[in-house]
Order: sequence, then C-alpha cells, then structure tokens
Amino acid sequence: MQGVFFLTAITSIAAVALICIFLFYNGVPAIAEIGFFDFVGGQQWAPTNQPPSYGIFCMIVGSIYVTAGAIIIGVPIGILTAVFLARFCPAPLYKIIKPATELLAGIPSIVYGFFGLMVVVPFIRDTFGGNGSSLLAASVVLGIMILPTIIGVSESAIRAVPEPYYEGSLALGATRERSVFRVMLPASKSGILAGVVLGIGRAIGETMAVILIAGNQVQIPTSLTEGVRTLTANIVLEMGYSTGLHRQALIATGVVLFVFILLITLSMQAIKSRSEKNG
Amino acid sequence: MDKFTIKNMNLYYGKFHALKDVNLSMQENKITAFIGPSGCGKSTLLKSLNRMNDLVEGCKITGDIRLDNEDIYGNMDVNILRKRVGMVFQKANPFPMSVYDNIAYGPRTHGIRKKSELDEIVESSLRDAAIWDELKDRLKKSALGLSGGQQQRLCIARALAVKPEVLLMDEATSALDPISTGKIEELCLKLKDQYTIIMVTHNMQQALRIADYTAFFLLGEMIEYDKTDQIFSNPKEKKTEEYITGRFG
Amino acid sequence: MDDKEIKEIAAINKITFAQRMREYKRKPLSLVMFILVVLAAALSVLALVFLIVYILVMGVPNLTPDLFAWEYNSDNVSCMPAIINTVVITLLTLVIAVPFGIGAAIYLSEYAKRGNKLVKVIRTMAETLSGIPSIVYGLFGMLCFVTAFSWGYSILAGAFTLAIMVLPTIMRTTEEALIAVPDSYREGSFGLGAGKLRTVVKTVLPSAMPGILAGVILAIGRIVGETAALIYTAGSTTGLVDGVMDSGRTLAIHMYMLANEGLHTNQAWGTAVVLLVLVLGINTLSSFIAKKLSSKK
Repeated sequence: MQGVFFLTAITSIAAVALICIFLFYNGVPAIAEIGFFDFVGGQQWAPTNQPPSYGIFCMIVGSIYVTAGAIIIGVPIGILTAVFLARFCPAPLYKIIKPATELLAGIPSIVYGFFGLMVVVPFIRDTFGGNGSSLLAASVVLGIMILPTIIGVSESAIRAVPEPYYEGSLALGATRERSVFRVMLPASKSGILAGVVLGIGRAIGETMAVILIAGNQVQIPTSLTEGVRTLTANIVLEMGYSTGLHRQALIATGVVLFVFILLITLSMQAIKSRSEKNG
Repeated sequence: MDKFTIKNMNLYYGKFHALKDVNLSMQENKITAFIGPSGCGKSTLLKSLNRMNDLVEGCKITGDIRLDNEDIYGNMDVNILRKRVGMVFQKANPFPMSVYDNIAYGPRTHGIRKKSELDEIVESSLRDAAIWDELKDRLKKSALGLSGGQQQRLCIARALAVKPEVLLMDEATSALDPISTGKIEELCLKLKDQYTIIMVTHNMQQALRIADYTAFFLLGEMIEYDKTDQIFSNPKEKKTEEYITGRFG
Repeated sequence: MDDKEIKEIAAINKITFAQRMREYKRKPLSLVMFILVVLAAALSVLALVFLIVYILVMGVPNLTPDLFAWEYNSDNVSCMPAIINTVVITLLTLVIAVPFGIGAAIYLSEYAKRGNKLVKVIRTMAETLSGIPSIVYGLFGMLCFVTAFSWGYSILAGAFTLAIMVLPTIMRTTEEALIAVPDSYREGSFGLGAGKLRTVVKTVLPSAMPGILAGVILAIGRIVGETAALIYTAGSTTGLVDGVMDSGRTLAIHMYMLANEGLHTNQAWGTAVVLLVLVLGINTLSSFIAKKLSSKK
C-alpha cells in the first residue's frame, strides 16, 4: 500500500513537470520562430496583419502596471488592516472583521470583474473621463482582490513577533502606535514581504476580472484612465479564434506569464527559508 | 526622601485578589528589593509602578500610587511615567535591530533626532551600563547576536538612555550565569547614586548583597518591610523568618 | 468575591478617553497612525459589505422563475443548466482529486521519514502548483487534455484541469488534519496489533475526517467560482451536458459570458447573486466545520 500512497504523493511533481513540458513544448518554438527579442520586446501585436507581428511588450508592461497599481492600493490598506486586527481590534469586533476578510478571499474573480464592470468602470468614466475601462479600474478591483492575501499573511506575521518587544518599547515611554510601527512591524517584515509577494502573484495571474474592466487595448498607457491589456487577458481574448503561429504565440504568452509566476514562487520560497533561518 | 508611595493598594486579576492592601514607600537613591515565593505578587506590584499591568486583561487596581507625590494613575501621561520609571525585564528583550538603534530608540521616541546628540547618549548609556568597551566596535551589529548577559546589560543601557529617575528590575538576573549576575549587581550599586532602583528577586542572597531595603511578600500580602540587614538578621514576623531561613518557598 | 463585586470595583488603572487624548496631544503622529489603521480596517470591511449588498440589491429582484427554467434559450438565459453542469463537473473533479490528495497527504504525514529530500521536493511542488494562476491551468488543460488527448472541449477535460488545480488545497488541509491526530491514537492502534495500513485507515483517517471535509469543501468553493481554467477546457456551450465528453458551461463561465456580451444585464445581476451566495455559502460551511473542529480540541 505504501507504494500506492507514494504514487499519489508524486502526482504534484508529475503535474508541475507536465505543465512545464506542455507549455514550453508548445510555446518555445513560437518564440524561436518570432525571435525572442521581437516577441518579448516588440510593441506591435497584430496577428492578423500581413505580415503579422507578435510583440507582447505592451502586455508585459500592462501586467506590470496593473500589478503595481493593485499593490499600491492593496498593500498599505492590507498591512494597516492587519495591524488593526493583530494589535488594536477589540475581541468582539474581531469575530466579525476576521471572517469578513476571509469572505473577501472567497468571492470568485468573475464576480469581482462583473462588479467592476457595472460599478467601478462607470464611476471612473463619470469622474475622470475616458471610457472607464482602464488601468485605474483594474488597479482598484485587483487591489481589493489581493487584500485578503495581504491581510491574512501580514496578520499572522505580526502576531508571530514576540510580545516582549512590544512591552520593551512601551516601557521606554513609546505610545502603542509607535511600538507597533517602529518595533513590531520591522520585526515582521519578512513575513509581510512574503504576503506582498503572494499578492503580486495573485494580481499578475488574475484574468477574468481584469479582462472585463481593463479595456484590453494593446498599448502602453500614458495615463491611469487609459486602457491596458495584460498577458492573461491576451490569452483569453484571442485563444478562441486563433490558429497556427498566432495560437502558438498566445501559448508563448502563457509561457512568459508562467516564468513570471515561477520567479515569484522562487523568491517567495527564498524569503521563507531566510526568515526560518533568522527565525 | 520617598520616591514612590503606595497606599491601600489592591489588585485583582479577574476574580483573583493578587495584592491585598499594600502600603509601602520607597526611598530615593536606594535599592529596594521585593522578595517572596513565586506567585506572591511581587512582580505584579513592580509592574503597577510603571503601569505595565494596564496591558493585562481583567487587571484592576484600587488605591493610590504616587511618584514624587504625583498620582501616576491620575493626570500623569502614561508615556511620561514610563520615561521617568524605566524597566528591565526578566528575560532580556533587545529589539531585533542594531545595538545603536536599540539604545537610540528611547531618545528618538522622546523627540531627540540630532545624530551628534544620539551618539553621545548611546555612548554614555553604554558606559553607564558598563558595556561600552565590549560593544563599541559592534554598534551597527544586530543586538540579537549578543550573549545573554550582554543583552541584559544592553537592556539596562536602553532603559538608562531615556534618563529615567527610577529603574524597575523584574528578576533581571534570573536567566543569567553568576558572572553576568555579578556584573549587573555591581552596576546596580553604582547606579543607585543617580537612580532609585526597585528590584524583584528570587534570590535572597542578591537582596542581601545589594538592597538597602527589602519587602517580603506572601500570597499577595506585604508581610514585612524594613532595612535589609534588619529583615535578614532580625525579622519581626515569623513568616519572614521562616522564608529567609528556607523553610518554605 | 462574586462577579458583581468584581465589576463594581472602581479601578484606577482604567485608561480613560481623556488620558488617551492627552497622550495623543503630546504625540499627534500616534493619533494619525491610529486613525489610519482604523480607517484601513473600516475600508476593507466596507469594500466587502458594499460589494455584497450592491450585488444583492441589484440581483435579488432579478431572481425570476425564468432565470431557473430547465431549458436554456437566448431569451431567458437560464442559469439552471449551468448550475447542473457545475454540480457534474464538481463531482467529477472531486472523484479525481480527492483520492490523490488524501493519498499524498497520507504518504507525507504517515509514511515519509522526517527530513526526506523527496518530501521537500513534493512540498515545494505542491506550493508551486498553488501559486500557478488559473489561466495557466487552463492553457495546460487545453494543450494536454483537449488537444493532445483529443478529448475536445469537454466536462472531462475541465474536471481533470480543475483536479490538478485543487490538488494542493486538498493535500495541504488533509495533511494538517492528519498531523493534528494525536500520536497516542496511532500507538493505541499499534498496541492492539493493528498494522500500519489498518491504523491509518481505521483510526487516523476517521479522526481527521472533519478537517479533510473542510478542505474538500474549500476546494468545491474554488471549483464553483473558477472561470479562467475552464473556458478553453470545458468550453462555453450552453445547455445541459450530455455526458462527460460533452462540452458545457459552468455557472461561473455562464456569468462571464453574460457579463461579456452585455445584453442581459438584469439576468447577469441575478446570476451574480446565485454564484456569490453559492460560493460564500460553501466557504462559510468549510470554515464552520474547521472551527467546530478546532474548538472541540
């Protein structure tokens, strides 16, 4: 029986291997054919032109912009909320707020996307002009979507800091706030960093919410109210009707995304093992 | 002169009556020791003097505690109280930052920003804590890399850096080896010229060695309070005598 | 002393509002930080409340009988077939993922030796899997099951894709549940002469069951809410599926199609309510079971 259990255990290794093989096998030849630098650095994405061009630079920038926007919105709010939950929240209130933040994590991304489409996009259109589907809309909605991740990881990181640090700071005459922000937060920074990195992973991989609200124009946006297309959106938008090299180029887009995610996962594990060592 | 006076003080942890009607005055520029078996309330009393008990849920205090005849639970800002009444904990708790930043933390908290001023405070505090020579070359290194004894003296230096009037020491040597303990005791004797020191100790010999006054606590009550030699050589209460002769505790 | 007397003690160490304000007057930055912290928490909660209430208000009036008609047509855009498809794909996914997830967890917690290199690799891989975005799973499923295995867009291809996606969730929660089973249970069983397998199956697994269940339900929540992994594996055909090799849209895909077409806004709101209530209900059930479990210990 042990053998059977062992076989099930190595499924995850097999799964990662299979995903790598299928993605790279189908995507890398396209990159080779288009040319690595033309593919990654090209600003022109026109698969139906004659001759077609397959540059995903705009999408890479789009993904980075949208993720950065989500981080700018989600990280400060998330960390401050985590501070509230870990240090300032009265117990009865905690019983309400904690499950609420967990609930936020469970809402499907398509629901976030629809909400963004019906509420956030019109709001931005009316307030800031443009057509509403924009980098800003995507940043706001993604910022909310990564909140639970940031809050959850940061809260447990702050809670893991030994209480004597806090007492030591109070005993020197520091206020609660100073003790938390000057001693407890710095002491939990690697845990919080892990949460932020996890949030980056979520944001960069998010697809269905972004596709409905980001506008999806292939361009490098020059303002927050302009549209943007991410790597993920590029795949979903065109996979349905693509053939030949176009289709392969979309899979290659997935490969680029996958490499991004692997880098994030690796840095995540590096942070973890470093904090365990310093532990 | 009386630095601290405690009148009719009671303390409850929830239903538990942890300190019963304590009356006590502590002299300026002296070392006062609280002794007694575990759970007698001596640490609790110490923590009431800089309001660290405020952190404990369900802790209730009644009575009157005064520092220089000022009600510390009244109009005094708790942060100013804690600046005036520093504390060294049982287990050394240096912050996870450099030696320098540990010492500078307190002064920075109280508004000192100038580098030259901070440098001066760091050096004088470390000198006062008799650890300057050991640490002057590793000011930028993490404080967590120091030995246990060094960490505790660093914590004393950190407490001195905000220029307190009183220093509370909560079994500050109980986790240390005899040599480190000796250094800290020596330090206390030196510091009492400038500071009022109130210490909780498990170690009766320590009280005998360095304290000017000793208070003996048992089950939340202060049994006896007198000059240290008086307490140890000629206790008035039978319970005190039993404790110091080692019949219980 | 009784509770009432304790309550009536006029404690001097209570921090009054005036004291706190005096503190903040001297340290205004602390007050600012405190306000920011409270504001951020309020904002997080408000975002959730606003989102849910808004969707309910817009959607509940649109929960008409038409929306739940058995037959889908382009007028009623009924979500009933999609709901049934979702149930089918969920069951199918669980049938594939649960045995593997639990088996792997049993290996990791009961059989593998501590410090085993391979175990480390398995854990790292499971962690990597859980960080992969669903669109990458979708691509993989399309390339592997749909194309390479020539299953075409089908419920089966979708279920296999989802199974790999939820595998790390089931593995992790099951392993945690198994580790939480006290060693004395195992020793007791060994003491009665039971073998390793018997001990695991008859003693350890049953006592870990609630934890495993919580994990499986969590996985269900993810399956029901999933879109990106399914759109190019199970496809988006309307109507009830006709077997596992048939293509069919789940509720979340249906929601995406409605939102994307933008023709049936009212029905889309109604469908959003159904999806939201379903997923949040499932997640709440999962955390309820998990909490029940931890309070029992």
